[in-house]
Amino acid sequence: MPKVTIDGKTIEVADGTTILQAARMLGKEVAPPAMCFYTNLKTSGGYCRTCLVKVSKGSDKDPRPMPKLVASCRTPIMDGMEVQNNTSPEVIDARKGVVEFLLINHPLDCPVCDQAGECHLQDLSYENGSAKTRTEFERRTFNKIEIGNKIQLHMTRCILCYRCVKVAEQITDGRVHGVINRGDHSEISTYIEEVIDNDFSGNVIDVCPVGALTDKTFRFKSRVWFTKPMSAHRTCDKCSGKVTLWYQGDEVLRTTGRKDQWGEVEEFICNTCRFDKKLTSDWTIEGPTIVDKHSVISANHYEGMIIPNELTLNDIKKLPLLEKNTDGNTEF
Amino acid sequence: MQLTNRSKVIAKKEMSFMERLYIPAILGGLAITIKHLFKKKVSLRYPEVTRAFAPVYRGMHVLKRDELGRENCTACGLCAVACPAEAITMDAAERKSGEENLYREEKYAAKYEINMLRCIFCGLCEEACPKDAIYLTDRIVPSEYKRNSFIYGKDILVEKVDERIDVSKRKNEYSILN
Ligand code: SF4
Ligand code: SF4
Ligand code: SF4
Ligand code: SF4
Ligand code: FES
Repeated sequence: MPKVTIDGKTIEVADGTTILQAARMLGKEVAPPAMCFYTNLKTSGGYCRTCLVKVSKGSDKDPRPMPKLVASCRTPIMDGMEVQNNTSPEVIDARKGVVEFLLINHPLDCPVCDQAGECHLQDLSYENGSAKTRTEFERRTFNKIEIGNKIQLHMTRCILCYRCVKVAEQITDGRVHGVINRGDHSEISTYIEEVIDNDFSGNVIDVCPVGALTDKTFRFKSRVWFTKPMSAHRTCDKCSGKVTLWYQGDEVLRTTGRKDQWGEVEEFICNTCRFDKKLTSDWTIEGPTIVDKHSVISANHYEGMIIPNELTLNDIKKLPLLEKNTDGNTEF
Repeated sequence: MQLTNRSKVIAKKEMSFMERLYIPAILGGLAITIKHLFKKKVSLRYPEVTRAFAPVYRGMHVLKRDELGRENCTACGLCAVACPAEAITMDAAERKSGEENLYREEKYAAKYEINMLRCIFCGLCEEACPKDAIYLTDRIVPSEYKRNSFIYGKDILVEKVDERIDVSKRKNEYSILN
């Protein structure tokens, strides 16, 4: 099995694994961000360029570095490959540029946007972007499109990651929306605003990394951080029936698929589960969903958050940040 | 047993005759009282006289409108999540066509309440607000008879179109900080 070293950490992975997948196996610290790649969607990835990494050694056989930064979600690993992600200033700089490009036309109306708080673009620009904008021209805007009576498409916020198109292609039969026009004029559009009436069309909401495709039944109802996620399931003949219910008080405001730590849904759910079953009695509640303690969702006194283990003095001494001074004592 | 080395042994000695008379001590006390009659008073005769507030005084909130009289608040919930006292609640609603002169953004706060009994006037809501909507002012929250009356809704918080509340001093304070 080929070996790959990412940011100094080595892992052995199966043939054909991409750099991004290998990095995710190594953990959050080394995994590059991804806006368009989606594990469950074939041929996704390669559009947004947020996952750029530097390959400083191609492989054991051909140790030359790759001439340019590569999109890690589309580059399979080779035996002996060495990759730099966060350790390379070049990558950090390029990522900052990519964020700037993604935001060139983005309205950043997060206070209004229903995605705020669970938006990948927010996280990405917070972590990698600059706080200033260097452009002055008008941002492009679009009218909102209703895709059926449950889904709303607000193209102004779209970053053209193609995930929704892949969902429509792969999960639903006969897709009726796609990307039209080219370059700066590209937009996601439906065929003459045709209603998508497919049992799985609602999944475009979950895959959309930004607030371009949103649930109309949740529109402006609340903010993500005022709702409490609960894992729940029901017997459904169309899908696995495993969902996350977003509660405010006793009321289910929204139902989504269960997302893993990379923000990708584990199993796609059907529209009946998503839009029609909004009563606690429809579901078997498994318990609170575990929310990362850095997430704003846990800011609202969410009980399910993980409490970190207490550090002992020995653990603290082992932390890499603290340098030992000459007589071997740790300096604080 | 001595618990700490800060304890002092107190000698209980007999009072002298002068001390037992108490008159010098009483006169000393009177002298202090009389001295204060001639000092500058530290209190004010409120409400006839009011004290000048510092520009950073944090009193009752105001929800601002923009120059066109539209409400700035978009019910984003950031003030409520920032509030350490959990004093703020709100309900959002979507702006209908024809209401563009009332609300600045497509979403607005249909209900916005601050529980003044919970509020600790820390000003974090003001700092969290991305829309320049909420400010603390130098107005004092008046006393009330019922606890319910302390829950201030939009009727009290939103400034009237013709009676704007000046918050430029607080804005200046922020610009010095930033
Ligand atoms: S999509 Fe994300 S970044 Fe864009 S406005 Fe919505 S929350 Fe903000
Ligand atoms: S609508 Fe969302 S999922 Fe579809 S391309 Fe745009 S950003 Fe991606
Ligand atoms: S001043 Fe502080 S306590 Fe009062 S409402 Fe604002 S954030 Fe809450
Ligand atoms: S006052 Fe400001 S922070 Fe609070 S909901 Fe309104 S816009 Fe958001
Ligand atoms: S995630 Fe790799 S290019 Fe978008």
